[in-house]
Amino acid sequence: MAKSALLKSSLAKKYWMAFTGLFLCLFLVGHLFGNLQLLIPVSEGARDQFNEYALFMTTNPAVKVLSYLTYFSILFHAIDGLLLTIHNRKARPQSYVSFKPSTNTMWSSRNMGILGTIILAFIVVHMSMFWGEMKFGGLDDTVYTTANGEEVKDLYTLTIKTFQDAQYGLIWAIAYAFAMLAIGFHLSHGFSSGFQSLGVNHPKYNGFIRKFGYAFAVLVPLAFAVIPFYIHFVLEKI
Amino acid sequence: MNLTLKIWRQKNANTKGKVVTYQVSDISPDMSFLEMMDVLNEQLIDKGDEPVAFDHDCREGICGSCNLQINGEPHGPDRGVTTCQLHMRRFKDGDTIVIEPFRAKAFPIIKDLVVDRSSFDRIQQAGGYISVNTSGNTQDANSIPIEKENADMSFYAATCIGCGACVAACKNASAMLFTSAKVSQFSLLPQGEVEADRRVLQMVEQMDKEGFGNCTNTGACEIECPKGISLENIARMNREYLKASVK
Amino acid sequence: MGTFQSNTPKGPLAEKWTNHKNEINLVNPANKRNIDVIVVGTGLAGGSAAATLAELGYNVKTFCYQDSPRRAHSIAAQGGINAAKNYQGDGDSIYRLFYDTIKGGDYRSREENVYRLAEVSGNIIDQCVAQGVPFAREYGGLLDNRSFGGVLVSRTFYAKGQTGQQLLLGAYSAMNRQINRGKIQAFNRHEMLDIVKVDGKARGIIARNLVTGELERHSAHAVVVASGGYGNVFFLSTNAMGSNVTASWKIHKKGAYFANPCFTQIHPTCIPVSGDHQSKLTLMSESLRNDGRIWVPKKKEDAEAIRQGKKKPTELSEEERDYYLERRYPAFGNLVPRDVASRAAKERCDAGFGVNKTGEAVYLDFSSAIMRYGKEEATTRKIDNPSDAKIKELGKEVVEAKYGNLFQMYEKIVDQNPYETPMMIYPAVHYTMGGVWVDYNLQTTIPGCYAIGEANFSDHGANRLGASALMQGLADGYFVLPYTIGNYLADDIRTGAISTDTPEFEAAETEVRERLEKLVNNKGTKSVDHFHKLLGKIMWNKVGMARNEQGLNEAIAEIKELREQFWKEVRVPGSVNEMNAELEKAGRVADFLELGELFAKDALHRNESCGGHFREEYQTEEGEALRDDENFMYVAAWEYTGNPSEAILHKEELNYENIEVKTRSYK
Repeated sequence: MAKSALLKSSLAKKYWMAFTGLFLCLFLVGHLFGNLQLLIPVSEGARDQFNEYALFMTTNPAVKVLSYLTYFSILFHAIDGLLLTIHNRKARPQSYVSFKPSTNTMWSSRNMGILGTIILAFIVVHMSMFWGEMKFGGLDDTVYTTANGEEVKDLYTLTIKTFQDAQYGLIWAIAYAFAMLAIGFHLSHGFSSGFQSLGVNHPKYNGFIRKFGYAFAVLVPLAFAVIPFYIHFVLEKI
Repeated sequence: MNLTLKIWRQKNANTKGKVVTYQVSDISPDMSFLEMMDVLNEQLIDKGDEPVAFDHDCREGICGSCNLQINGEPHGPDRGVTTCQLHMRRFKDGDTIVIEPFRAKAFPIIKDLVVDRSSFDRIQQAGGYISVNTSGNTQDANSIPIEKENADMSFYAATCIGCGACVAACKNASAMLFTSAKVSQFSLLPQGEVEADRRVLQMVEQMDKEGFGNCTNTGACEIECPKGISLENIARMNREYLKASVK
Repeated sequence: MGTFQSNTPKGPLAEKWTNHKNEINLVNPANKRNIDVIVVGTGLAGGSAAATLAELGYNVKTFCYQDSPRRAHSIAAQGGINAAKNYQGDGDSIYRLFYDTIKGGDYRSREENVYRLAEVSGNIIDQCVAQGVPFAREYGGLLDNRSFGGVLVSRTFYAKGQTGQQLLLGAYSAMNRQINRGKIQAFNRHEMLDIVKVDGKARGIIARNLVTGELERHSAHAVVVASGGYGNVFFLSTNAMGSNVTASWKIHKKGAYFANPCFTQIHPTCIPVSGDHQSKLTLMSESLRNDGRIWVPKKKEDAEAIRQGKKKPTELSEEERDYYLERRYPAFGNLVPRDVASRAAKERCDAGFGVNKTGEAVYLDFSSAIMRYGKEEATTRKIDNPSDAKIKELGKEVVEAKYGNLFQMYEKIVDQNPYETPMMIYPAVHYTMGGVWVDYNLQTTIPGCYAIGEANFSDHGANRLGASALMQGLADGYFVLPYTIGNYLADDIRTGAISTDTPEFEAAETEVRERLEKLVNNKGTKSVDHFHKLLGKIMWNKVGMARNEQGLNEAIAEIKELREQFWKEVRVPGSVNEMNAELEKAGRVADFLELGELFAKDALHRNESCGGHFREEYQTEEGEALRDDENFMYVAAWEYTGNPSEAILHKEELNYENIEVKTRSYK
């Protein structure tokens, strides 16, 4: 029984949700440090640094392993979440005539599925715009020649241009910010919830975990969201 | 006080139910919620109608029988009370009150507001005990000292009355708070630790089998629990289960 | 066996139980598998008995009207459970517990049973701790005790104010283990409506499935009734709404004698009735009397003004208050036993000094305690010249730490803050010492039919001590019945499975069905509760805390008349073959209407005052109970003859060989 218990039982599903979720939190931090390089004033140096970084991230074997782990986590987190949601719906086949969950729970905790779906949609668009372009996009207008002379996509220019576009730049920035808002709400419940699912709950440390979770949920998405607006409004146009 | 009641009526498990509206008058604010229901039922009997069926027994908040979903919340708007401890002074003249059964797949409706909570019993039967036979020769009660803090925590977990409010309040109809309370009570005591692994695996397996939903840590159960059973118990069960599964 | 003989073992008191266990017949484990036992009721007594019988190997079927055994009303017991463990080293012993119980019971209980109870009390605690019952502990990790109900030692084990709950859940978990093993079949939402006798022996029951309404036949080699007390005959009591006498009454009608029905305990500290809508009463722990002072206004005008809401109790000066318990009983004051405190409150209220709308309440005042504790606290905290407000604040903190949850409960129900204004309390029916007569083996006068826990009469005499009900329930269920029943079942090892397809089962089922149909088809005009409330009024006014010959005679006549009316005019909506709460109630009230009459008859015949039974004709000049040991030192066991008031009295004389019979005095 113990074997299947780690795959099939309701608790096991929660462990995987928590593991993958908390791992993705780590990923977010890493990703954020990369993105923050976009705040550097426009220059050749800035462009080179960012593009070298992007290249490193897509080619380094160790990073590759991590990135596949990330894709797997995202997929698993999403599928597991979907399965849980379906199962949970079935647990109450006839709904209440009057149900007031707002009296006893936070909005975000009840809407992790919706938030997750928004985030997933964002990831799909995001990947196709940047990562997809990087990997599969043609080398038309934006080419970057790497230190060892290889020609790759100039992701730096692509990014800056997208958000500085006179017509759509601000819309992209707002859409991006909206997705970050969803991530923020998702994290506001998900971070401490992950700890609870893994059994980490102790009166002495709960306050810290919760506060840290809230701070994480506000600061990380906020930092992400600031970047496109900075690029649009502040950064020198290229 | 005069009140409008919207009550779920359902003849039996096999028929469809519906909300029926009733008026009650001259309700005293000193009445308990169930005494108000008594007044309604007297009224229905006088008219030759069938009274509303609902579970209740001790009427002092300890047996766990009463289980009404009142205006969208288990046991109504007050915290830390069961339905029988809710008083009518909590409502205003002219209020409309929606009264429903606790709803979950694992709590099928028997009649009107009465549901079948035997799924809870089956979870307990799966392992909610310490395997010790009755005899006059069990070791002396004071032979194993137990840290006061653990004894107290075990007690608080054990104060669960099995009313089902946790399931009713949970958007997923999860029984994690209920199950974890029993798992916690025993895992905190040296007597119970011996068979802790078996217990948690079997109880969770039964819980899943009964068709309860999953816990998504919304915390509704803890807030609506009339006995204030803590979410800490769920975390403890998560720990215990993880420990038992990887062994 | 199965006769009206106490069957107490020979030998010195302290050795009787051991000798008896050594001498009685046993059933070998292989044969136990072929023997079925029915247990009706799954509270402390029934639950523990069912679990233990199943552990021993018998096939057990349990029946309870609740949706789960965990909801039996044992769960509501607050205070604690006594055991002669002497963990506190304060000189407690089995003999002392035995002595206190006999004396507390006003010398109307059977010595041998009580001694056995005290003897196994320690085992109960061991057993419960092994089962994982989380009793209160001290910082050293050992079990904590408190003193309770006017005894001189600390022998009460407790789990906050929820001892009954924890013990019941312990028994329930032991049951669950056996259900899981398949040794117990639990029939929840089932009510026993009759016992079936074959060749004079108890061989099964007729039960109604309360979900479908179907009648079911269940056979067994023995039937154990553990269905609790009959306090609900008063309509208002601290019992659960569903608590009833039906199982006990059905076996009484089939031949089990009913003993001392008039011995009923009225608990002094309950929350008073607030109006006609009241459906039940809530008990507040007796511990409140340790610090609260009980009073009513000295002047009737003040009481009147308070009742009408024109005056507040806090406006009355010390001189205008009558602390009647301290006045009447200077030695024990507010800590007199339950029956004395209850009667004194009734006396004041009857004289017109009651303080709530209904005129049936007295004050329990914590203001002096708050000030006293406040001053102590100020001293320990080294606060010089504290203001009155500061003292009050400190005092409130102390009182809150001691009684916080009780105060909160009071405020929830009454909507008054007991820290600011005195609490109101009034006595309420709480426990019934009387019950089905049983011998030393807990067997009734029907062979093969046993009664345990509050359902039997055996251990508490005329008055029960605090924290002893839980002890008795578990003693009977865990440690007594499972052994004594073997003595009877040893003769049944060759009987084999008992068929339910016999004329006896047929006849019993038909009788039950006809009665149910009669109720449903009666089409009267009045609800069941209407009659129950009227019965309660008669009982409370004439067979309550103080009884007299005239009142009792009236009560007997009135109950009889009410019973006739009930059968003519009751209206039970719905049908037999469905879940029908009104039908359940109707059946129970019909039985209460018969029991009430026997109750009054018993009270009428007992021309003395003892324990919970107070006859106004038999009191001292100071108004104290006057016991008559010469003529009434016996158990009154009544045999049913077709009409409760014509029951035949059988006397079991009580002999006290190990204890000196004294008058209780609390002056």
